Amino acid sequence: MHRYIANRVLLVIPTLIGAAVLVFLLMRLIPGDICAIRLGSGGTMADPRAIARCHAELGLDRSLVAQFIDFAWGFARLDFGISMWSGKPVAEEIAARLPISLEIAMMATVLAILIAIPLGTISALKQNSWLDHVVRVAAIAGISTPSFWLGIVSILAVLEISNLLFGAPWMPPIDYVPFWQDPLRNLSIAFLPALTVGYRYSAVSMRMTRSAMLEVLREDYIRTARAKGLIEKIVINRHALKNALLPVVTLIGIEFAFLISGLVVTEQVFNINGVGRLFVLAVQNQDYTLTQALVMLTVVTFVFVNLAVDLLYAWLDPRIRFG
Amino acid sequence: MVDLPYTAALENTVEAPRARSGALDFCRREPLGTFGLVLVLIMAVAGLGAEWIAPYSPTANDFAAMTEPPSWAHIMGTDQFGRDLFSRIVFGARTAFIVGFSCALVGGFAGLVLGVASAYFGGRIDTVLQRINDVIMAFPLIILALAVIAVFGSGVFNVILAITIPLIPRCARVVRSSALAIREVPYIDAARACGFGHTRIILRHMVPNVLAPFLIMLTAFVGQAILAEASLSYLGLGVQEPVPAWGLMLQGGAEEYATTAPWIAIFPGVAIALTVFGFSLFGDALRDALDPKLRDR
Repeated sequence: MHRYIANRVLLVIPTLIGAAVLVFLLMRLIPGDICAIRLGSGGTMADPRAIARCHAELGLDRSLVAQFIDFAWGFARLDFGISMWSGKPVAEEIAARLPISLEIAMMATVLAILIAIPLGTISALKQNSWLDHVVRVAAIAGISTPSFWLGIVSILAVLEISNLLFGAPWMPPIDYVPFWQDPLRNLSIAFLPALTVGYRYSAVSMRMTRSAMLEVLREDYIRTARAKGLIEKIVINRHALKNALLPVVTLIGIEFAFLISGLVVTEQVFNINGVGRLFVLAVQNQDYTLTQALVMLTVVTFVFVNLAVDLLYAWLDPRIRFG
Repeated sequence: MVDLPYTAALENTVEAPRARSGALDFCRREPLGTFGLVLVLIMAVAGLGAEWIAPYSPTANDFAAMTEPPSWAHIMGTDQFGRDLFSRIVFGARTAFIVGFSCALVGGFAGLVLGVASAYFGGRIDTVLQRINDVIMAFPLIILALAVIAVFGSGVFNVILAITIPLIPRCARVVRSSALAIREVPYIDAARACGFGHTRIILRHMVPNVLAPFLIMLTAFVGQAILAEASLSYLGLGVQEPVPAWGLMLQGGAEEYATTAPWIAIFPGVAIALTVFGFSLFGDALRDALDPKLRDR
């Protein structure tokens, strides 16, 4: 197991270096001069002295290697530079928006697990029944439905239902308050976006749970457990589910990427001032320092989430733990 | 001839009827997959025949008919500029299929070649290609697509490029897994012993044997590409006006007119969901049909 952990941790290093190189080069592939584009907007030519100042501020007057070292070292110290759009430090822009995005991501993950595992298990146990078909169709619908459209429809549904029940339409508030200040208001902001993003997450996990359970239920040790006279509940919970959940754990890590993607569009729908919405604004405003920092941050988060999932998998699977 | 007891039985045996065609067998065994295929074909026909099916031009404004509810004149209603929603959805199907199939085919075939080559050559080539794959796959699809859009700008071609790039390593990874198993079979060694070149062995002996997982993945890729394009257009960073696109229709007045004209939000979303649903159902059925281990499920 120690070798497995060491291998996995060491693999992270070239992946992060490669990702940093890719992000760095991508931002430098922009046609034309970033400063000329930014300062010369509206069809007017920018002042050459302003462009030179901009080059010096962004370090563009230095060699590519020096720029990359600056970028990597700055990232390691959480110094992502200054936003070309707002003029504030990028770290400050991200820090202000991170709590709500993290909360929605965690809530979506928890909701997804709570929905996916029970439904996936029941679907496998009642294979080819009407319940199985309903769950499978719901899962495929979850994968097929765009999360932003689901968000729009859920807002519509909340407006109509609240109008019917209370005589006046109710919309979730948009100004964020931390959970410890006002739990009810905080949850009313985060719940619908988390459900919207979590539905797709749960759909994929549901399918994997069902598929894994079906494989495990055909194993000889399950037949043996039943032949020994164990009640079905113990067979399922103690013998089948534990083994079936191993691939599901890995999938949760892989699907985290889709969670991040879902956050980007969902925050736009619900007008939430999170990191996802910041990303879209950065691209729309051609804020390359902010875009660069956000892409790199997303990649680092994704890589470390998958590392954590792989290490958890190693701990859960006795074949790796004692190997 | 030896007079065996079963000889008479054999002589009286009626020749078995011809096997039904593969397509009919597929429809019988996979009704959900067939339903998915029908959905996809309906959308494809709509996109191909948009000029004949759509009653109005997708870009024609009619300020006398803004946000009209569904009626005989406009079966899905109109948007905030008086444009017929049904016509925009039909033309939007064309945009979705162009983007979806372009991304899936280019990304898929590039991934196929890289995946098979990586498995075939092995060694350092495989290690380097897999590390590059790891790096690109560390970027969530939409994030990498947004980064490419940030560099190259929006528009149909750039959207196709932005979505294709993340699909390549995903395809290469799956194809490589299948190709690794095929690399060790005796006929590959026999082909090498016959003096066939690498290109011939890869294209004629390895690629045909990984086509099953590749085709299954292609159907998933088309669905993912359509969803990604819709998301980028919704964010205003994908296809731009006046090109009709489903995501763009949701970006416009969908939220602003959600309570007064909900059809603007509902119909484009249903179109996206049904199309991707169709591809998902068909892809699942294709996997069940091509993978013998799953046939009894």
